[in-house]
Order: sequence, then structure tokens, then C-alpha cells
Amino acid sequence: MSTPYFEFLRAELAPGLLEGLWTSVLVIVPSALLGVVIGITAGVLRVYGAKPVRWLADCYVSLFRGTPLVVQVFFWYFALPYIKIGGWSLVLDPIEAAILAFGMCSGAYQSEYIRGGLNSIKRGQIRAALALGMTTRQAVTSIVLPQAFRRALPGCGNEIIYLIKYSSLASIITVNELTGTATTIAKNTWRNIEVFCTLGVYYLALVTIAAWLLRLAEDALSVPGFERPRT
Amino acid sequence: MDFSVAFNAARDSLPYMLGGVGWTAGLICGSMLLGLALGVPLSVLQVYGPKPVRRAVSLYVWLFRGIPILVQLYIFYFGLLAWLSQLPGLTDIGLDSPFTAAVLVLGLTSSAYQSQIFRGAIQSLPGGQLKAARALGMTDAQAIRTVILPQALRLSIPGWSNEYSILLKDSALAFTIGVVEIMARMRSIASTTHEPVSMAFVAGIIFFALTWVGVKGLSLLENKVRIAGYTRQGAV
Amino acid sequence: MSDATKPAVPILEARNLIKTLGGNRVLDSVSLAIGRGKVKVLIGPSGAGKSTLLQCLNFLLPPDSGQILLEGREIDKKSKKELCSFRQQVGMIFQDFNLFDHLSALENVRVALMKVKGMGKLDATERAVAELKRVGLADKASLYPANLSGGQKQRVAIARALAMDPKIMLLDEPTSALDPELIGEVLSVIRDLAQGGMTMIMATHQISFSASLADEFMFMEKGRVVEHGSPAELLGKGSGSRTQAFCAKISELTGEAGDGEAGACRL
Ligand SMILES: Nc1ncnc2c1ncn2[C@@H]1O[C@H](COP(=O)(O)OP(=O)(O)OP(=O)(O)O)[C@@H](O)[C@H]1O
Ligand SMILES: [Mg+2]
Repeated sequence: MSTPYFEFLRAELAPGLLEGLWTSVLVIVPSALLGVVIGITAGVLRVYGAKPVRWLADCYVSLFRGTPLVVQVFFWYFALPYIKIGGWSLVLDPIEAAILAFGMCSGAYQSEYIRGGLNSIKRGQIRAALALGMTTRQAVTSIVLPQAFRRALPGCGNEIIYLIKYSSLASIITVNELTGTATTIAKNTWRNIEVFCTLGVYYLALVTIAAWLLRLAEDALSVPGFERPRT
Repeated sequence: MDFSVAFNAARDSLPYMLGGVGWTAGLICGSMLLGLALGVPLSVLQVYGPKPVRRAVSLYVWLFRGIPILVQLYIFYFGLLAWLSQLPGLTDIGLDSPFTAAVLVLGLTSSAYQSQIFRGAIQSLPGGQLKAARALGMTDAQAIRTVILPQALRLSIPGWSNEYSILLKDSALAFTIGVVEIMARMRSIASTTHEPVSMAFVAGIIFFALTWVGVKGLSLLENKVRIAGYTRQGAV
Repeated sequence: MSDATKPAVPILEARNLIKTLGGNRVLDSVSLAIGRGKVKVLIGPSGAGKSTLLQCLNFLLPPDSGQILLEGREIDKKSKKELCSFRQQVGMIFQDFNLFDHLSALENVRVALMKVKGMGKLDATERAVAELKRVGLADKASLYPANLSGGQKQRVAIARALAMDPKIMLLDEPTSALDPELIGEVLSVIRDLAQGGMTMIMATHQISFSASLADEFMFMEKGRVVEHGSPAELLGKGSGSRTQAFCAKISELTGEAGDGEAGACRL
């Protein structure tokens, strides 16, 4: 007979998953940041960019939203080294490939919300700001962005929550984050149900905490008329 | 990288890769329908049910939306279904097949998401119609069936089309438990031909095309069931 | 009415209805009884509880306490079946029509005949067409609510209620969501109904119109019926009633009658 669940959890599973958790955080945080930066850039370009730039940004978004994330992860990790330009090629280690894949994909989704936020600000407000003597730059930074940011926050925050869940795909390219560690433990102990259900609880906790933080942020920034649509 | 080699590899791989479309389509159809079959009653219960039932539905939604698909696949395939399929009487009904596990996971998760789509649609309907139906002597069940759902389902089609493209992408994860859909075939053929770049492109294009077909189909459906002058806010 | 042997049983009777909403008492022990073919008109300031009363009368809002009797029989609101069959016999017209947006005018009228009364499609269609004709909309049967004017929507709603052969109709400000030029078409349908002997309880701000139809006015304020009586009594010159003061104010605002006299009110 194997050890009882709680003993197993204390001695083996929890310490292992804790280590995996750190790796997960190491993947999630940089890719979330990367995603936000790319998302804002692409979103702004899609609204205010010149026509060819807008077109390029649109292509990027539909490409990365239109294909499964696993295929993208596979591409960055397995296929990228095969692309040789002038005899050079880029080989990424698993964590780097995961961060790049998640960041690029997340950025495409983020840009949708940024774009929506920007478009929701009526042109009239910019005109009003200019009429008050502001420069275009001042109008954008002090009138448009603060509003667009509030409008985009719920969507962008949700995207980060998705990112937490999809970070589990890093295990497919051998990153030993939460899911990767759990798979190893399950293989070694043959206690699949217990290991994977516990893993599920870890993700539930992560996602719930993130949703709660997001809510706090929204409340802190809330202005009448910018309430999040209650779900 | 030699383009003609890459191109030939892509062309040669096409029949095999396209063979995965059937599996992908099966996964999507199965899980969309399962998600619909569970999602509609869940949404009705969440809007009209008594408080404990509403709580239970919220809990269900929280569970399935909070656990990554990949982890659910492992829980179901390596855990629950593997265990269930050893129980007497359950050995020969295909519970331990990867396809079953994938449809179950994708469908249950989708039911959680779909229930929220329907719930939003139900709640966006003007409340007076339910009252009017009751005033005519309909039972709540009749009113929901004949007045609320026909409208809510129409309003849900855009959300549904979004759900389709999410399911399509998530279905690629089924390769991790051995369903030989597109992604699985892409991986195996990439490792035998050493042409991962062109294989990734082929797979990407196939997924892209499938997204387009489904979204187009659903928007045709939306037009077909459209009612004159009917918008999201109900009658104008 | 003055049947000496036995007093006629009222079609609908409410006893001591009490309803509390959000902490305040919206109906404070309201009682009423209405006989066959009579028209009662509820008037009173906004927030008096008229809509609440009408919705309590068919249990769309269950009253906290009190009884409701249809032809002398108390309705047991706990019995779903009894409730549904009671509601079939009590037609209701809403201020904002509440047509089913996904169904054409014809289907709106037909749906309850088929689902609730279990009529076949042919019979139900025939009946629905007849009701639409009665409200003057035979040619609009195939239109969806979104393509009907407000007055037409309200007439469809009336046809929908009439198709159920109600014993009594409850009308909650049937014309107050309508543009002024559309009010007339709905009022004339209501007038026809009253003249045809339909029993009705109607909340309205159309004082002069309802004065010409009503057998009784009930003036509500803060959840209570503070005055009731025939229009002539309440609106009579120098009656000093609250009703008259209220009507004078409305008339002033709408310019319906310059001096608020009963005679003018009656137009
Ligand atoms: N759900 C509710 N919760 C709390 N208070 C309510 C609710 N519904 C109605 N009320 C209150 O009950 C009172 C009566 O409302 P009701 O709609 O019956 O008035 P009314 O006489 O029909 O007015 P109107 O002429 O404006 O239609 C109002 O003061 C209203 O604010
Ligand atoms: Mg009212």
C-alpha cells in the first residue's frame, strides 16, 4: 500500500509543485509583460498607424489568433532553429521559447482590447483637448490613454488569466513548470488522479488570486461610467 | 533552408496532415454539441434556478474555467477515465480512449463557457416578455422554452462563433493524450522529415482555414435565423 | 344590479392585499371587487402602487398577504396549475407592450393558444387572425414587433390577451408609452371592448377618456385606495375630492381642460 494522500502531498507532491510553481512564475511574468508591451504597440499601431503599418499589425494579430498556441510553441522551439539566414539561426532554450511564444500570442489578443479601448474614445474629446490648447501628444497622454486604459483593463486582465492557464503548455517543450513537474511525479509514483487533481487545485488558486487582484485594480481605478460590465 | 525542398515536403505531407482534419472535426463537433447540451440548461438554472442551484452552477463554471485544458486532459485520461474503465461493467465502452477523454474535457469546459454566453443573452432580453408570457398562463418552463430560449439562442450565435474558434485551437492539445489530429500528425511528420518549418506552416494554414470555414458557416446561420429589425437590444 | 334575491358574485375580488418591496409598503391593505361588465379605473400619482396592484392581482408579483378570488373562489397561489389557469382567465396589458420580439404579430397572438390552451395550429391561426382583425391589424399579421408602430404593438398585445377569452382584463397605463398621435387608435379599441361588455381594471392618466367609460374611479396614493366612487361624484364641481384636485393638475399640465371642471374633464 502506498502512503496516504496527505502524507504524499506533504513529503513529495507539495515540495515538487512548489519548485514547479517558481518556474511557472518565471515563465508567466515575463511573457505577460512581453504580451502587454506587444499588445499596446500593436493596438496603437492598428488605430493610429499609417496604412501599411496598420495592415502589418492586422496580419500579425490574425495570424497569432488564428492558429493554436501549441503550434506556435512548437514553431518557436522546434522549427525556429531550422530557419537559417546567412548561415545563422536562432536557437532558444525551452524557457525562452515558451516566453516568446506566450508573449507573442498574448500580445495579439491584448491588442484587440487596446484597440477597442482606443476606438471607444470619441474623436470629439481629442478635438476638445486641442481646442483647449493642448498639443496632440498631451491630448493623447492625458485624455485618451487614461480612458482607453480603463476600458481595456478588464479584457487585458482576463488575457493574463488565460496566460496563466496556457502556461501549462510549456511542459510540452520540456519546461519543468507546474504541469511538467506534476507529470514527472505522476510517472514516478503512478498516482495520476491525486497528482493531477492537486495540480488542478494549484491552477484554480492561481487563477482565482489573479482574478481577485484584477478586480481590486479595476475598483481602484473605477470612475463612474467606466464600470466593468458585471458578469 | 532550401525552399524547393521545404515546398516539396509540405506538399507530400498534405494528404497525411489532412487526414487529421477528420479527427479535429470530430473533436469539435462532439465537444460543441456536448457543450451546447449542457450549457443551455446550466444557463437557465443559473438565471432562474433557486439560490443553491445557482451557486452550484457557478462552482461548476469556476472549476472548468479555472483548470487548464491540458491539466484536465491529464486528469480525465490518465486519472478518472483510466480508473473508471477498470470498474466492472465499464471495461468495454471506450472510456479509456483518448478521443472520449478529449471530447469530454473540451465539451465540459465548453459547456462552462457556453453557459455564460447564454446567460448573458438571457439577461440581455427585456424582462417584460417573461411577465407577459406568465400573464398569458404559461408555466415558467413553457415561457422559457417558447419565449426566452428562441431569442437567447439567436443572440448567442456571435459568442458561439468565438467559442468555435477557441475550441478549434484547444482541440490541438488532444495530441498530448494521443488523438491523431492535425497537431499530432504535424509533430510526427516533422520529426521524420526534419522539416518542422514547412510542417508548422501547413498545420497553421489548415487551422486557419478551419477557423474561417466555421466562422463563416455560423455567420450564415446567423443571417438565416435573423428576424426583421431584431437587434441585440431586442426590438428597436 | 339590484337583484333583490342574491347579490351578484364579483368576477374578481381582492381582500387586504399587502405588498412590501425593497423595505417600503407599496400596497397597504388594498381591497377591491369588480362585477361583470364593469370598468374600474385606477388613478393616482406616480409611485402610488397602481402597477404593483395590477401585477399582484394576477400574481405576477405575489402579494405578501391577502386573498384573491375569481368568481368567488379563492386562488391558491401555491398550486402552479391553478395559477396558470387563473392567469389564462385574466388578460393583462402592459405599458411597454412586452410583445415577444422573435414572433410575428400573428405568432404573438397564436403562441399561447397553442402552448397553453393546446389548440391545433389551424384553429389557433384562425382565432389569431380574427383577433387581429378585431383590433384592426389584419394586414399586419406577418410583421415582427420591430416593424410595428407603438400603437400597433399595443393593439397586438390586446389581441393576444383577448384571444385567451379572459373574463377580465387588467390594463396598466396602456397608452402612456405612446406618441400622442398614436394614443387614439388604442383608446378606440379599449372603448370598443368596454362597450362590448368586457370587465376591465385600468390604470391610466387619461382622465377624460376614462371618465367616459368608467363605472368607478379608484384614487390611489401611497399604496392605499384613498377615494373611490363614480366619476361624476368624484369629479363633480366642488366635490373637494383628492381625485378632482389631482385631475385638475393633470389637465392643467396636459392642457386637456383649462379650468379643471368636471364638465371639461369629461369632454
Ligand atoms: N422592485 C422594487 N423594489 C423596491 N421598490 C419598488 C419596486 N418596484 C416598485 N417599487 C416602488 O413601489 C412604489 C409603487 O410602484 P408602482 O410602479 O406600483 O407605482 P405606479 O403607481 O404604477 O406608478 P407609475 O404611475 O409611475 O407607473 C414606487 O414607490 C416604487 O418606487
Ligand atoms: Mg405604473
